[in-house]
Amino acid sequence: MSTATETAQPVARPATGSRAFRKSRLGRILLRSPFYFLVILIFVYALFPFFWAIRSSFTPEGDLFTTPLQWIPSHPTFDNYRTALNASFFRDALINSTIVAGTVTLVSLSIGSLAAYALGRFKFRGRGFVMYLMLSMTIFPQIAILGALFTIISGQNIIWFIHLPNIYNTRWALIFSYLIFTLPFTVWVLTSFMRALPRDLEEAAYVDGATPIQVFYKVLLPLIAPGLVTTGLLAFIAAWNEYLFALSFIQDPSKYTVPLAITNFVSPTGSSFAVPWGAIMAATVIVTLPLIFAVLVLQKRILAGLTAGAVKG
Amino acid sequence: MSTVSTPIPPTTSRFRRSTKLQRRQTRLAWLLLLPSLLVVLLVAIYPLGKTIYQSFTNEDFLALEPSRWIGLENYRNLLTGPDSAVFRSAVWETIKFTLITVGFEFVLGLIIALVVNSSFKGRGVMRAVMLVPWAIPTVVAAQMWKWMLDEKFGVINDAGTRLHVLSHPQAWISQPSTALAAVCAVDIWKTTPFVALLLLAGLQVIPQDLYEAAEVDGASQLQQFWKITLPLLAPAILVTLIFRTLDALRVFDVFYVFFGNAANTQTMAIYNQSIIVGDGKVGYGAAVSVAIFLIIALFVVIYVSFMRVTADD
Repeated sequence: MSTATETAQPVARPATGSRAFRKSRLGRILLRSPFYFLVILIFVYALFPFFWAIRSSFTPEGDLFTTPLQWIPSHPTFDNYRTALNASFFRDALINSTIVAGTVTLVSLSIGSLAAYALGRFKFRGRGFVMYLMLSMTIFPQIAILGALFTIISGQNIIWFIHLPNIYNTRWALIFSYLIFTLPFTVWVLTSFMRALPRDLEEAAYVDGATPIQVFYKVLLPLIAPGLVTTGLLAFIAAWNEYLFALSFIQDPSKYTVPLAITNFVSPTGSSFAVPWGAIMAATVIVTLPLIFAVLVLQKRILAGLTAGAVKG
Repeated sequence: MSTVSTPIPPTTSRFRRSTKLQRRQTRLAWLLLLPSLLVVLLVAIYPLGKTIYQSFTNEDFLALEPSRWIGLENYRNLLTGPDSAVFRSAVWETIKFTLITVGFEFVLGLIIALVVNSSFKGRGVMRAVMLVPWAIPTVVAAQMWKWMLDEKFGVINDAGTRLHVLSHPQAWISQPSTALAAVCAVDIWKTTPFVALLLLAGLQVIPQDLYEAAEVDGASQLQQFWKITLPLLAPAILVTLIFRTLDALRVFDVFYVFFGNAANTQTMAIYNQSIIVGDGKVGYGAAVSVAIFLIIALFVVIYVSFMRVTADD
């Protein structure tokens, strides 16, 4: 910021030799060079681990474990990708994670948008309380209810007369438990989108004889479509990345989600000392690419959603 | 619901109509909220109540006899029992991790936010790049760093020894003196860009003419930072710090990927998870959960009272 104000605005200061130097082309470049050095440093810091993951994923297993290290693989290969994708638990994990995160996102969006409609467009007693409840849920430590969730999920629990089914070691366990962090967040962010819409749109629809439900899905929902995309993506990422519940509620390798699979690659010999880092890095690249793609395409929207969820909250 | 479409009655009955409409609106609002509230009740509030109840029982997954009420015994065990030293060290480890990461993330995040807030070529790219570490799963980030920190074949030891920063390769993860620093490095790398983005959102609402006026009055860059930027950024800083602190206190993924549940490098969350899922001691685990909940609540209270103090100034 400092440099921007320095160069962009003409400043009312007595002209000196240093000012002439600052205005010259060479002077400007020299003055800004520490700044650009900082920019490059930030780029390298943020991206180097990705470079290293990609480099390792294309390096043959033999070359990975020899010193001195090759920073650029001399014999690039797809072998690691083949190994990763040949592991059936990894392929299953991609499917499982997509199903779990997709279902959680759809459920959160569909019931969350109804709640956001009520909270954003209606005035009623108890509204403040519900908003407060949702906000406190978004900062709720999930570990605090792990034991209770564990009993509920393993079907050892009877509420009144309803005997809940045993869903331990199934995708349902994850879909159920992930709602605890996706739903309150979805409600909170969508409410802020709902409140930002102008009043007169709705009123025009009411004058034309629309019911509140028609107003919701014919007028308001199309208008907050960008908000739905953003919130949905954020909920999807949160569910896709979750580890604690997956580790606690899933045992069967065929039910693994992506984070579980990434930590469960073992070497073909079964030795715990020889970790197959090439295959792990290939798997890392495979699961990271779609996320990077989605983030780059929707970056402006994500920023808007994050700030609506955090800063304004 | 179709009653809304009836033509608007004459103004004489306006008052009666509005209360009736109000009542109908309230009923509809609660109806819209119902699914979300039911989910929150089932996945969060009921389990929380159950956890508190379980913490007073000796519930055990492996025990054959039904659990019974044992009063405060779990809490007594937690504070003075044979396991209490492990719990205390887990709490201390978590707090150290929180202070280190939140501190670094705030300082580095602020520097990055100030850099990105100035206009330069590649600013848009930089913002997109910053979202990427945030979007990938923590487990994936931890695996990438675990490989980079490998004692024999890791790039950090390789680069360090080549540049003569390190005299000899370090076992970053397994030696106690660097283990915490290694985990912190992952979290700082993954989360600093996110902190920067939240602070950037705060920076962008500071009116530019304040800086112009300060410039005219001859204030230096440093004075502008201390007298304009920092005070006006304070609300964004506080909210960011609260979110980061609460997140850091429940850290699980990075530690688990790096160390598993080794006793000397446990966090509160890992200790709790291994008690409940590993040992099946749900009752004692619930007491640990309640303790964690209280510790986190304590931090919230500290922050909120600090916010009040600064708001009064």
